[in-house]
Amino acid sequence: MIKLVGVNKHFGLHHVLKDINLEVPMGQKLVVIGPSGSGKSTLIRCINMLERPSSGHVIVDAVDLMAHRAPVAKVRQSVAMVFQSFNLYPHKTVLENVTLAPIVVCGVSKEEATTSALKYLERVGLREKADQYPAQLSGGQQQRVAIARALNMHPKVMLFDEPTSALDPEMIQEVLDVIIDLAQSGITMIVVTHEMGFAQEAADRVIFLDEGSIIEDGTPQHFFTNPQHDRTKLFLSKILR
Amino acid sequence: MSEIIASIGFLQQGPFSIPRWEAVFSNIDVLWAGALVTLLVASLGLAMALALGTVIGVMSASHWKLPRALARAYVEFYQNTPLLIQVFMLFNAIPLVFPGLFIPVIVIGIFGVGMYHGAYIAEVVRAGIQSIGRGQLEAALSQGFTYVTAMRYIIIPQAMRIVLPPLTNQAVNLIKNTSVIAIIAGGDLMYAGDSFAGRYGHYGPTYVIVGLGYFLMCFPLAVLTRRLEERTRAA
Repeated sequence: MIKLVGVNKHFGLHHVLKDINLEVPMGQKLVVIGPSGSGKSTLIRCINMLERPSSGHVIVDAVDLMAHRAPVAKVRQSVAMVFQSFNLYPHKTVLENVTLAPIVVCGVSKEEATTSALKYLERVGLREKADQYPAQLSGGQQQRVAIARALNMHPKVMLFDEPTSALDPEMIQEVLDVIIDLAQSGITMIVVTHEMGFAQEAADRVIFLDEGSIIEDGTPQHFFTNPQHDRTKLFLSKILR
Repeated sequence: MSEIIASIGFLQQGPFSIPRWEAVFSNIDVLWAGALVTLLVASLGLAMALALGTVIGVMSASHWKLPRALARAYVEFYQNTPLLIQVFMLFNAIPLVFPGLFIPVIVIGIFGVGMYHGAYIAEVVRAGIQSIGRGQLEAALSQGFTYVTAMRYIIIPQAMRIVLPPLTNQAVNLIKNTSVIAIIAGGDLMYAGDSFAGRYGHYGPTYVIVGLGYFLMCFPLAVLTRRLEERTRAA
């Protein structure tokens, strides 16, 4: 489904991603863990070309997005992203947030987009907020709307870039519950997170990124009970204390 | 009453004397006609400035090099030369380049203020667009919007709310600046007042009334600016 081949990313003199090779088969729930500055956000943002790698190949659904004139916008329609800071459209109602891209980008009729939007808002528990504006919602509610907005594109892949890092502690669980519920569907998911409980519960694969390289790659069980690398052991000892 | 008036020296003689006021009021039609020309030039000039300013503002906020460079060149040229000279050049240079081409003075006035304020509005629009967080564009792109459709549906509608107060302020300046077309016999309020006053030396009362005329056109917009600013702050 997703394949990164020899991906490097430089920001000026900073070598953020170092020769990343990663293959994510369809339906996999991959959790990306790593200390801040390890490049995990850059990695996930390279998958939908919000960051363009300096070199290498990013192949999504058999399309190499690094190729000349690659249909990036087209591929993005089936690769939905949920951001740390929600990024809802503040001038649109909740319902409009969820229906805008299907109508404008995919050419879905307004009725159809609205019907499916209400279904997804129901799923994230916010159907009754459909006519409110994002500013009227709590952070946790905004992030759930962002998830409904992503779902209404009927994506094949969902990317989550630290979806709970900007939330107040009491709102983290309501968002995680929605993501865990999603993980039980067949969709391919890549989640950058610091929530170790979530990784243990929902992931079927965990990678650990340090200084731009993948240094650990395996099942959650392997990762949490039998990490190979000293760097991973140090990280876990700090975070699981 | 008449004794009191008789005792006020500046109403008896000098630039503000009563006969001069009477002469101006009995010829007020001339000033009305000028005011209508000013309103026409201002409203069409504003329409042109808004259209130009939006296009050039979007160009200078874009990530494409060539449109950005063109937009910068336009803005720097128009912001850093006096409007008076621009209008003079439009009036005198066009017939040199295109001999025989007749352009009515009013049209030159509309183009003059339209192009000049288009540059200022472009800067307002650019700043408005750049004030919208990068996350908005990223969210739109991640959903498959192109740069152009993201601008149209996500970025510009949000930027418009922010730029409305400075835009109305530009409209006020534009109305006042239409007065420069007086130098090319534009027939506007300033020109009408100036040529009437010059004929008999009634400068005092004429300029008071002409100034009042501009005030009446600009003040409502200035009030609107303040209202919009308060609304933006409240939001």
